Parts: sequence; C-alpha cells; structure tokens
Amino acid sequence: MNAPISSFTPSVLAESAAARVSLAAPCARLSLRVRGDFAPLNTALGLTLPTRIGQRAQSGETQALCLGPDEWMLQAPETLAPGTQAACDEVYGTLPHSLVDVSGREVTFEISGPRAVDLLTLGMPRNPDSIAVGEGRRINFDGVTVLLWRDGESAFRMDVWHSFAPHVLHLLETGVRELAAEAA
Amino acid sequence: MLLIHCPYCEETLPEAEFTYAGQAHVIRPEDPSGQSDDQWQEFLFIRANPKGPHYERWRHFHGCGRFFNAVRDTVSDKFLTTYKAGAPRPDLSSLTEGLK
Repeated sequence: MNAPISSFTPSVLAESAAARVSLAAPCARLSLRVRGDFAPLNTALGLTLPTRIGQRAQSGETQALCLGPDEWMLQAPETLAPGTQAACDEVYGTLPHSLVDVSGREVTFEISGPRAVDLLTLGMPRNPDSIAVGEGRRINFDGVTVLLWRDGESAFRMDVWHSFAPHVLHLLETGVRELAAEAA
Repeated sequence: MLLIHCPYCEETLPEAEFTYAGQAHVIRPEDPSGQSDDQWQEFLFIRANPKGPHYERWRHFHGCGRFFNAVRDTVSDKFLTTYKAGAPRPDLSSLTEGLK
C-alpha cells in the first residue's frame, strides 16, 4: 500500500546553488478526526495533540500536525503505524473517532537551501514566513492543496497527493533553476 | 487580492485559499413535507442581491477546510467581519459604525 507509485525514486530531484528538492523516503501517514474531549487519545498516542491550527507535537518519531479544529495528520515510520492504530482502536469504545491510514496518498518533497523560502513564494499566495519554524499548515501551492511542514529557517517538507506531484515538482524544478540563474 | 480573516485559523490570509459558498443564514425548513411549492422555491432559488453589506458563506478550502460566515460590502468588496458557522448573525449597525 505504501510503495511509491509515482515515477520518481527517493533521491534528489532538483538541485542548484539556490535550493534543493528531494523526495523523502515513504512513511506512515494517518489522518485523525475527533471531537470533544480527546484526552484518552493523547494517552494512546503518547503525545499531546496540539489544539491551535498549524501547531505540531512530536513524541519519539511520531509527529502530529493540527490541520483544523477537529483534524490532525500523524506521521511516523512505517513500522510504528500498526501499533499506533491498535492503541487508538482500544479507546474507540469510549471515544469514537476516525483514524485512517492514508500512507499511499502522498509523497513528501524535502525543500532546503539558502533560497528555499523564495522558492516557495512561486506557488504560495500566503507569506511562507507566516509559518513559524516548528509549525506546519495546509496551504494552496500553485492551485494544489498541500501540507507544508517547516522544520528550520530554510528547511521544509511538502506533502503532495500523488496525482499532483508531477505538476508541483515541475514548478519547483523551474524555480530552482531560475533562482540559481538570478544569482549568477 | 482580498485578504480574508479565517475565524478558525485566526489568521488573515489571501483570497486564493478560500472559496465562496453563497448566501449565509438560509435555513432549511424543519418540516420539508409541509412546505408549499412557493415556499420550496423561495428556499432553493431565491437569494438576496444587496448593494452593500451581504451575509455570505466562505470556506477555507486550502487550509482548515471549514465553512464560516462573513459580512462583505458588495460595493467596496471590503469584509466587515467574519465569524464561525453557527454563530448568531452580527448586528449590522455595530459593524458599520467604525466606517463612518
């Protein structure tokens, strides 16, 4: 289910002096929807689900990003996902929720380099600097809904649905070349 | 480009992240089978087309995904306020007071 079905292989996809775009190794992605008092889920997941949209929480190798008032995206290494799902299933009786494995839905582009922020402005109507380091958002990137995680001043991860990935990558490739040409 | 405040994200963001979703506060009748054809027509098709403040729905499509309500002046395209879905309709006089 989690095999990369896009035509790219995990590697550097575009690189110049300005920025670098590479494909991350596959990971487990879980979409969580829950309302009400979700304290039992915090215990099951072993982390405190953030409540402000855009905030992230991390416990070990599991990361959670708050996408909406009742929506989170969880990412973890593939080996941890079955355990996480089993732990959440146990509290289902007292706290009904939706936890769906969407690992096969997306690929992750890792974007870094001195001009990574400038590269993102090519597709983002909002200011990339409005996303603080250590946060994330669901955004519009060149007309495509993507998840953007900001890991450092100039280090981002972008989760893109498979079918949109070639389109988004094409824009990033052009941008990487263009920013390098600008500097030269 | 319009800048729209999302009441759920509590951020003011570009219009490109949002989609328009029609007039707000159109309430579905509680007893649909008791409605006459004219009442159904009113509910389904008849919408206000004001010149000035308009109560309307928007959706933060490329973001939190939530529907919310807004008051927008159709002449100036200025948003007077946005508020969460299900919240009561804000009083127009309190919104326009600051503009005079």
